[in-house]
Amino acid sequence: MSSVVDSHDHDHAHGGHDHHDHHGGYSGVMRWITTTNHKDIGTMYLWFSFMMFMVGGVMALAIRLELFSPGMQFFNPDQFNQFITMHGLIMVFGAIMPAFVGFANWQIPMMIGAPDMAFARLNNWSFWLLPFAGTLLILSFFTPGGAPGVGWTLYAPLTVQMGIGMDLTIFAVHILGMSSILGSINIITTILNMRAPGMTLMKMPLFCWTWLITAYLLVAAMPVLAGAVTMTLTDRHFGTTFFNAAGGGDPVLYQHIFWFFGHPEVYIIALPAFGVISQVIPAFSRKPLFGYASMVYATSAIAILSFIVWAHHMYTVGMPVTGQLFFMYATTLIAVPTGVKVFNWVATMWKGSLTFETPMLFALGFLFLFTLGGFTGLVLSLVPVDIQLHDTYYVVAHFHYVMVAGALFSAFAGVYFWLPKWTGKMYDEKLGQVHFWLTLIFFNMIFFVQHFLGMAGMPRRIPDYPLMFETWNKISSIGAFGFGLTQLLFLYIVLKCIRSGEPAPQKPWEGADSLEWTHLPTPAPYHSFETQPVVK
Amino acid sequence: MSLERQNRRTFLRFALIAAGMFGFGYALVPFYYQICAAWDVRNIESRAERPANTQVDLGRTVTVELDSNTHKLPWSFRPLVKHVAVHPGEVATVEYEVTNTRGVPITGQAIASYGPQLAGEYFRKFECFCFTQQTLQPGETRRLPVVFVIDPKLPRDVNSIALSYTFFEVEGRSAAAAGDRS
Ligand code: HEM
Ligand SMILES: [Cu+2]
Repeated sequence: MSSVVDSHDHDHAHGGHDHHDHHGGYSGVMRWITTTNHKDIGTMYLWFSFMMFMVGGVMALAIRLELFSPGMQFFNPDQFNQFITMHGLIMVFGAIMPAFVGFANWQIPMMIGAPDMAFARLNNWSFWLLPFAGTLLILSFFTPGGAPGVGWTLYAPLTVQMGIGMDLTIFAVHILGMSSILGSINIITTILNMRAPGMTLMKMPLFCWTWLITAYLLVAAMPVLAGAVTMTLTDRHFGTTFFNAAGGGDPVLYQHIFWFFGHPEVYIIALPAFGVISQVIPAFSRKPLFGYASMVYATSAIAILSFIVWAHHMYTVGMPVTGQLFFMYATTLIAVPTGVKVFNWVATMWKGSLTFETPMLFALGFLFLFTLGGFTGLVLSLVPVDIQLHDTYYVVAHFHYVMVAGALFSAFAGVYFWLPKWTGKMYDEKLGQVHFWLTLIFFNMIFFVQHFLGMAGMPRRIPDYPLMFETWNKISSIGAFGFGLTQLLFLYIVLKCIRSGEPAPQKPWEGADSLEWTHLPTPAPYHSFETQPVVK
Repeated sequence: MSLERQNRRTFLRFALIAAGMFGFGYALVPFYYQICAAWDVRNIESRAERPANTQVDLGRTVTVELDSNTHKLPWSFRPLVKHVAVHPGEVATVEYEVTNTRGVPITGQAIASYGPQLAGEYFRKFECFCFTQQTLQPGETRRLPVVFVIDPKLPRDVNSIALSYTFFEVEGRSAAAAGDRS
């Protein structure tokens, strides 16, 4: 997360550059509204993502507050459902996805030696769609009937019955989808057409590869979600009956369409995270990534397989055994390329000269906890087991291990890793490590115990629960508040770095070897690689 | 400029893919119904309840014994005949009679059971008072028909089936029908 402050300081301090040329002739707010610079846009994506992370986080705390004790204390069930829904939507579409698009904007042009993204003005648009979508989501709380309380998966038939807040949410999903599709096409075009001479595809840093594949996934999956919510919208207002059983439709059809998007979506979240980890681990092991080519193939295999496993989210809807078996085998198959990646990361560290600065700590946290989430995924992929565990807290534990300890930890690793390059200053290493350990401990406190709750039969998405679940829920809630506070420390660390960090050298990490470290000064200049480097 | 042209072409190609995938979402709708039809999974009535063969098997006769009970319910409840003889596959109708002997409206729900239990799988009811709750006004008497077919697949060694109904009171409903009875 670079900063407004820094770029300006830099320009004034080193007055040698032409200020107006740099910022497109505007200053202040207009600079940010009109900017077409990939670094500015990356910065805006990252700050937007952090703000949404805070908003979604407050909702999570509201949920954990209610679940601190059995019985109803703070919210009525409707409000609780609204928090559950908006927490999920905001975290997935507002926090995690934009965070990685932010990384992509900052890093991809620098890593492949391009001057900017392929479509600079479109890039500005892709970003500025997001605040509108975010506002619509939050506004839905203030409509009659409140925000939709249907869960982030927006299942019919509930969605057909909700109030006007549902319509705002549907529009928000349309806008978010539009933003991601435009952003993805931009990334694909940049990577395919604008690499520096000599930068062949198989020489690209893995982060660029995972993003290229993610962008393909987005272009293929996002429009399907747009279709699903459009059907919901026409069911609500224009007399179609796609999902309305009374008119001959079928709510189960919605689930199929949603998860056809939904499972690729989880890899849309996971793959860029894999990319960041694949940059960080080699840098702190002072060794090149082990099995680069197999990493590329594994990523592609995951992407392709992700389109044929969707019904593992719906084993219990009543499908033929043949169907269950097909989706079960396909799902367990995904564990193979995922395993290849985990082994490659471990092999990269094997006999490396390891050091454990904050980015590496987060990468290792990712490695352990994401793998644990993968294992619980494997448990859930088994039909007879999933029929017991479906819609329990075990599933909640599973996907928070892969999305929080996976994607979010990876985003933290990436921020600490690249912050010196972006701002020109070092973050406070000691505080960074405190942030890591607190995050690690509180994360497990929240979510490890949720495995027990799920195995004992506590359903997800309920505001009240039997007494026997109280102890684990209390631990989980205390962990949640600790986790939330810890993230304020993260904000402090980033601000402190921007305001008063020690100046960073060009290459603060000994083992880092991509172009932004080897060919660009620190901080990265506002315009980089206007003449492309030649890669040998 | 050639890079710009190339970029525009890439953009167009992927925009078309995105538009195609939007259409694909809609194509999943007919596709879903095709798959369901192929696998026979979307029948509203479960397959067990569809008579597989409506041919009357005149070669066999099965005796159906009719039985009735009430569970803590002030109703008199009896079949109009004690037993009927039917051929498997033949549509038969029997009747029960029920009277509310209390001075308040009461709602009841009848539950069927079969002896031997296995026979239940072959006993197909088209019409039965047990499909819905019955509310009887004070002193009201009602005739309750049951229309059924015995599946010809009924195992050979079953020659008689006991059809037994028990009426249970539906507490909340009775109270609602009667006002507060306490
Ligand atoms: C080895 C890899 C994985 C396997 C085998 C797997 C398997 C599963 C299964 C079977 C379910 C359905 C559980 C149920 O609802 O009963 C599930 C749910 C889920 N998984 Fe995974 N998963 C894997 C990796 C991931 C990754 C990488 C992510 C995201 C980064 C992810 C995110 C989710 C989410 C969000 C849900 C819950 C969706 C919901 O119902 O709200 N999973 N997973
Ligand atoms: Cu999935």
